[in-house]
Amino acid sequence: MEEVPQECPGTGSAQAGRGASCQGCPNQRLCASGAGAAPDPAIEEIKEKMKTVKHKILVLSGKGGVGKSTLSAHLAHGLAEDENTQVALLDIDICGPSVPKIMGLEGEQVHQSGSGWSPVYVEDNLGVMSVGFLLSSPDDAVIWRGPRKNGMIKQFLRDVDWGEVDYLIVDTPPGTSDEHLSVVQYLSAANIDGVVIVTTPQEVSLQDVRKEINFCHKVKLPLIGVVENMSSFVCPRCKKESQIFPPTTGGAEAMCQDLQIPLLGRVPLDPQIGVRAFCHRHPSHEEEQRSTS
Amino acid sequence: MEPAASPGNLSGVRHILLVLSGKGGVGKSTLCAQLALALRHEGKKVGVLDVDLCGPSVPRMLGAQGSAVHQCDSGWVPVYMDQEQSVALMSVGFLLEKPDEALVWRGPKKNALIQQFVSDVAWGELDFLVVDTPPGTSDEHLSVVEALRSHQPLGALLVTTPQAVAVGDVRRELTFCRKTGLRVVGVVENMSGFACPHCSECTNVFSTGGGEELARHAGVPFLGSVPLDPQLARSLEEGGDFMRDFPGSPAYPALAAIARKILDAAQAPGPG
Repeated sequence: MEEVPQECPGTGSAQAGRGASCQGCPNQRLCASGAGAAPDPAIEEIKEKMKTVKHKILVLSGKGGVGKSTLSAHLAHGLAEDENTQVALLDIDICGPSVPKIMGLEGEQVHQSGSGWSPVYVEDNLGVMSVGFLLSSPDDAVIWRGPRKNGMIKQFLRDVDWGEVDYLIVDTPPGTSDEHLSVVQYLSAANIDGVVIVTTPQEVSLQDVRKEINFCHKVKLPLIGVVENMSSFVCPRCKKESQIFPPTTGGAEAMCQDLQIPLLGRVPLDPQIGVRAFCHRHPSHEEEQRSTS
Repeated sequence: MEPAASPGNLSGVRHILLVLSGKGGVGKSTLCAQLALALRHEGKKVGVLDVDLCGPSVPRMLGAQGSAVHQCDSGWVPVYMDQEQSVALMSVGFLLEKPDEALVWRGPKKNALIQQFVSDVAWGELDFLVVDTPPGTSDEHLSVVEALRSHQPLGALLVTTPQAVAVGDVRRELTFCRKTGLRVVGVVENMSGFACPHCSECTNVFSTGGGEELARHAGVPFLGSVPLDPQLARSLEEGGDFMRDFPGSPAYPALAAIARKILDAAQAPGPG
């Protein structure tokens, strides 16, 4: 909106377009018509689409590189082990889509049908969607500002034909910005069941994760709990344990106690994960799955 | 806070280096902090500009957590790490009222603050300004490159970890550099193996070789591999000076070598 007057009552206010200070504002007619206050119609469309999705879980972290995508992939695979459970994995990290590589789906493309975009199925009961499937080369960069990223997320939620799904897991980029606000906004009428927060033990991660938890409170997202990843490392030769990322302020356990949030589990550093992302299941993942079910 | 913009706040800065990665958590902020410390130990005056607005790590890593930013006639005064003012910092971390407060901003608001950070901080005379960025190829990156364009940065240092998932994102960051005309000074591979402190066996925790291969594929210099080092991690937590206090620690030689290569790149005649 351009050239908003000094005492603008706000485009969403009941006085929008009607107040004394609105006279002469170039947007007066628009506000008076109520169009400025109208919510995005996509929110209702997404609500309808999400009627076939029973549970929606977001995987968040304030910090990058803690293992959100790895955890999302493991969670999705774990839930899909029961062939009667339909699982969907949605990757809304538009700039750094890791999910296709982690799921072994690099090079796959998305197909369109009359009912929308088809997810890429890694199993009969596990479908995946990511901007990675829309790029034609591994060097292609998505150099988009916020509004364009938001548009993509809207399309992912509204136009993908997920079908009947028991669990939709949403992998996110680090931060508390456009992607996070958008996914919360577009799912606002569809109800997000909860959030799993991922961290690593050190304070440099926890300080960002506390911000993410603060964000969840601000936008009223229920917290399922926290997973501490890269907790410790066991030397394959001498079997002794080391802490590569020292929990100088007590790690996730101390933070969870402090903030009264469940600690769902701790996952050790496992070199195999870097090589083949989903060949292992860890006991802590089973614990989370029980918590999220 | 609306400080008056001053036309020449970067005019005293000799070399600007951006630290980028497509991937989060690979060690951009760590590299920025250690580079700043290493360059300072070489007698240089260094500034660190942290444009990661959602996850500002620089204040803690350089022991400046909780410092406040003051204004002067030319704009914002950076936070100095020391009495000699050899390392100057600016981060949104210094502007938050509470450390756990989330900055829940969409692109346009982030862009506006980044513009201010570039033009309204009174850096004074600096040999190097190192710019820490968040992961990705979006608002912050476009804004900071645009804002710095007229100041002809030395270029970008790209940080990766060895595994394919990280390299995949950093390839995209290389494309970003190409498309925005930002010269790539080199690639650093961080978290390159871990030597068990009990038996010295080296394990490639995050796989191996990805960084060097990426540099070769992209035709850019490979500046070195930094191993995982719990002492470095601890130093970052505590805001200590790793480069001064732990010259015998596993990560030190690689970090010192990278700093020397940056110094060489700055001294070489070239487009930067």
